[in-house]
Amino acid sequence: MKASVGGYARATDLRHALDLLAASDGMGRVLAGGQSLIAALNMRLSSGDLLIDINSIDALKGVSLDGNRLRIGALTRHAEIANDPLVAQHAPLLRKATDLIAHAAIRNRGTIGGALAHADPAAEFPACILALDATIHVEGPDGPRDIPASDFFVDVFVTTINDGEILTAISLPMAEAEERQVIHELARRSGDYALAGVCLVRRAAGHRIVCISVGPRPELATAAMARLDAGDTDGAVAALRDALDPPSDTQATAAYRRHLVGVLLHRAIADLNGETA
Amino acid sequence: MNSPFGNPDRPNSYIGKTVPRPNAARLVQGRGSYVDDLVLPRMVHVVFVRSPHAHARIRGIDADTALEVKGVLRVFTGADIAEVCTPWVGVLAHLKGLKSPPEHALAVDRACWVGEPVVAVVATTRAAAEDGAALVEVDYDSLPEVTDMMTALEPGTPVLHTDMGDNLAFQRLHDEGDVDAAFANAHTVIAAHFQTGRHTGVTLEPRSILVDWNPGEGQMTAWHATQAPHMIQVVLAEHLGLPESRVRVICGDVGGSYGIKVHIYPDEIATAAIAKIMARPVKFIADRLESFTTDIHARDHEIWGRIAVTEDGKILAFDIDDWTAIGAYSVYPRTSAIEGNQVVNLCGGPYDFKNYRAKTTVVFQNKTPTSQYRAVGHPIAVTVTEGLVDMAAAALGMDPVEIRRRNLFADDAYPAVSPAKMRFEGLSHHASLTKLVELMDYEALRADQAEAKSRGVVRGIGIASFIELTNPSPFMYGIGGARISAQDGCTVRMDPDGSIVAASSVTEQGQGTEAMLSQIVAEGVGVLPGQVRIITGDTQSTPYGGGTWASRGAGIGGEAALLAARALRGAILEVAGAMLQCPSGTLDIRDGAVVNMADGTDRMPLSELGRIVYFRGDTLPKGLPRELVQTRHYTPADYPFAFTNGVQASYVEVDTDTGAVKLLKHWCVEDCGRIINPQLVDEQIRGGIVQGLGAALFEELHYDAEGQLLNGSMADYLVPMAGEMPDMIIAHVETPTLESELGAKGAGEAGTAGAAAAVMNAINDALRPFGGEVMAMPFTPERVLRGLGMLKD
Amino acid sequence: MTAAFSDRIDIALTVNGESVEARVPAGRHLVDFLRLDLGLTGAHTSCEHGVCGACTVRVDGQAVRGCLMLAAQADGAEVWTIEGLSDTGAVADLQAAFVARNALQCGFCTPGMLVAAADLLAVGGVPDRATIREHLSGNYCRCTGYEAIIDAIQTVALARSEKGVA
Repeated sequence: MKASVGGYARATDLRHALDLLAASDGMGRVLAGGQSLIAALNMRLSSGDLLIDINSIDALKGVSLDGNRLRIGALTRHAEIANDPLVAQHAPLLRKATDLIAHAAIRNRGTIGGALAHADPAAEFPACILALDATIHVEGPDGPRDIPASDFFVDVFVTTINDGEILTAISLPMAEAEERQVIHELARRSGDYALAGVCLVRRAAGHRIVCISVGPRPELATAAMARLDAGDTDGAVAALRDALDPPSDTQATAAYRRHLVGVLLHRAIADLNGETA
Repeated sequence: MNSPFGNPDRPNSYIGKTVPRPNAARLVQGRGSYVDDLVLPRMVHVVFVRSPHAHARIRGIDADTALEVKGVLRVFTGADIAEVCTPWVGVLAHLKGLKSPPEHALAVDRACWVGEPVVAVVATTRAAAEDGAALVEVDYDSLPEVTDMMTALEPGTPVLHTDMGDNLAFQRLHDEGDVDAAFANAHTVIAAHFQTGRHTGVTLEPRSILVDWNPGEGQMTAWHATQAPHMIQVVLAEHLGLPESRVRVICGDVGGSYGIKVHIYPDEIATAAIAKIMARPVKFIADRLESFTTDIHARDHEIWGRIAVTEDGKILAFDIDDWTAIGAYSVYPRTSAIEGNQVVNLCGGPYDFKNYRAKTTVVFQNKTPTSQYRAVGHPIAVTVTEGLVDMAAAALGMDPVEIRRRNLFADDAYPAVSPAKMRFEGLSHHASLTKLVELMDYEALRADQAEAKSRGVVRGIGIASFIELTNPSPFMYGIGGARISAQDGCTVRMDPDGSIVAASSVTEQGQGTEAMLSQIVAEGVGVLPGQVRIITGDTQSTPYGGGTWASRGAGIGGEAALLAARALRGAILEVAGAMLQCPSGTLDIRDGAVVNMADGTDRMPLSELGRIVYFRGDTLPKGLPRELVQTRHYTPADYPFAFTNGVQASYVEVDTDTGAVKLLKHWCVEDCGRIINPQLVDEQIRGGIVQGLGAALFEELHYDAEGQLLNGSMADYLVPMAGEMPDMIIAHVETPTLESELGAKGAGEAGTAGAAAAVMNAINDALRPFGGEVMAMPFTPERVLRGLGMLKD
Repeated sequence: MTAAFSDRIDIALTVNGESVEARVPAGRHLVDFLRLDLGLTGAHTSCEHGVCGACTVRVDGQAVRGCLMLAAQADGAEVWTIEGLSDTGAVADLQAAFVARNALQCGFCTPGMLVAAADLLAVGGVPDRATIREHLSGNYCRCTGYEAIIDAIQTVALARSEKGVA
């Protein structure tokens, strides 16, 4: 189908984008990579949107070190994250995740900010940034605001970004020297949304586990993390399975997803420990 | 009787050689011409408002606001279209008892599936038409829907078409020998329940048609992505009240068909009707989302099968109970009963046994209609047959190769008649199996499987023999009253410079039809393939014929081309004999020149002969025939169908923790008779195999109990992609049919026919040591895990 | 302020090396712009939700989904389609290999496949079959079963590396 769009405007800088958003009377949609938004528009899942194209805003692009944190601009594309040496060094989980996201041509356009604002629980980046304990930076009419990843995701496609705010960047603690970060998922075909996935991070403060495709939003699997901190792998798997209430759909039932997540956690732990998964 | 194409040193030896496709260079440059690429003056676009209900009474239609949209020109209801277009009924007389109600181009007062076209909106752009369609208000009264196949005939189920009395569309029972006695006396009996997923074709180019009506000339022209231009011509003429001679169907490049584009679709006929009303060109390109609810579906079968074997593995009997649900209407004009009928015809097909009972039960339901899709019925029959054979072998402790060797029709058994009454002219099951076993190095693969197992890696090997029905005679459709040609024709002409133009009634959808025809014509006349220009896909400029489906292009269209080319050769040599003052029998045409038959000495280029015939005919003897254009037709007559055969093997790895299946490698040995272009045949087989692999692992349309399609997008209906597909080793045995000069049978269905069964057997080979088994396709990770008993709830 | 939003957007870009200026509907995606406004019908629309790859074109040096980018976003961009890549000979070796190996049947996916393949080969080196398959994993072909396409791309990668142009 052909998109039914109300209007389009190319924002020249962040202030301009915020002004456009403020002027859009609730119909404004921020257009970043567009790899989910334009697909939805083409399917006429919504119509009459006023698109605010932020792709020209250089301030939203790129990866940098900001003190002891890694900062990734909202407009940084998946392909750039895949090839960025700072990401590889300080947030290897994100680099690994890019191998699993969609396909090359999509990764050339899709942005991390767009993926997070879209908040698809089947996507990799939302789970990753929660596992990494990132902070999401947004800018609104009243200035900037920082949102911990743990407070960011609300429901399927819903975040705590307010009307009138734009996601500008994320920042992450740099991986510790001994830190390990792994992601394991199972998709029917390469690049498909996973039937389920597990992000597992081990840092000095303890383990962090976040699953993909098992609920309306990514969540820390705290019970399983506690078992894992105690060195109880089987207990962690059992706790993870117990805590989940995954959805059923045409690809798999809840029961299968619950089982799969346990298998993936086992494998992630083995991977973390340098064993053959 | 065959011609001797075996000698590779013969002159003009193009049949049997790999030559490049003449149309490929154009397509890689993006210079294809698909229907959506065409723009005509005054062209408008049509979009259809489709039923959101599986079953509903249409109480009223309000299009007032739609008509206010800028660019929207007209809105048509079912009643509007019915004024110029008569309804059709998808039955065939030889499928006894098959019934289906009249179907209109747009639903008139009742919608019977989600996606059925109800209102047409015509606008100057596709986007405006979509804007208008979104504003059409249809007042529906929902009716009780029939969605479950297995309860469709139960007394409590509503009757979908009340005039018909019940939901049974068609039933056929075939009973041969004494099945009950065979089962009673068998050493081992295996029973199993198989399911094949409801599929659709997902042609990359969606269904496409552009129709113009010129009332000044009384001429309709349809640019159509179709496999059968003459069949479409018949249907448009008949239902729009036009003489066939005033309907021209042009089929340019087609972006994939696989049987999807050989049927009559209500929206496409409505497009033609609208063109006739508006007297201007109307374009309809199906959107991908509406493709899923309107392209025909297929393969939605549940089958209860039993096999009876002796202690030494001889097959005594098969007993098959096949059920399928075909949607709300039997599809016109081929019907929706052929698939079930094929299951009855083809089960047990490779094997020499005596007692056979098979029944198919075909029921109506409120879903998208099903009909013929690549390898119609074959994958179902092969899955059931080969699944049962493997289970019997396992029960007897016999190797899967060995049980097949003990039961396949012997290579010298022909002509033979199967217990399903299929007549086989000549097949090569044993030679093919022997070649397959060598090709895959079966023993080494078993060793690899054992070695992997020692490392905790679970692998399996699966084999599936099959027969493939090709080259249908009038016994497939014509006998039942359908105006679908089993005949094809070819006109071959020599132009003054000696170049050749051949117009054929078979069509090109990428199989390589034009390459195949150019090779045959080049060899038949005696010129280089590059000197032959092939014309297909235009009812106004090609002979009449059936088109390209059921693997008939090479076997039937190719034979017509060979006969016409040889006739032209004869006509050329007759003129050459007169010009050169020698008996024409002492001359030959080689590489585009007239030569001495005996020693190949050049006598005259064809361009000189052309110059004399066309421009200086006065110098030739008066009365000398100089017909440098020849037409020949061909219809198979000795057998109702040709049969080919083959065998496939699959090697898989199963992750027993997740249920994920990885395809490691695939093999196929296939006998399509005469091979005209080895590369094109191999690629037909590979492409067909991958469609079968999609069936095995990925493809299944899901509906809910209310008849709503749950996964109607390319993100949710999973087709095979490059990442998961294996490399495939292809080899051939060549048993030409003796019915034709050419000896070609056809290769389009073979890959799809056997691939899914080979994968199923491979997975079950892997699961068997764990006591696991799977029989419901596709074999998703979850189904495999459940087959292993690892998931209880 | 809503006046800042337009439903018709002026764009200036280069397509296949030629300058193009146009006014496009806000919702028109790049492939429709190429096909309907410029008559460049080589890239195809099939799914229009980014899943099939038939619309893959090159924008600013990268393979992108033409249906998931608006024409309005192509302002200032350098766009190459199969027509332009054919004219310049940039993918001539890939095209020849596709024909020789019969790595296409109906041809509908082929322009997108070629752009995706060129994108991979631009990285240099000789990718293994698994890498080629992975790179093409978002380009649907219903006809070939993919193997011939993989073969053709691998052949070109080898030939380029032997010539030292990779």
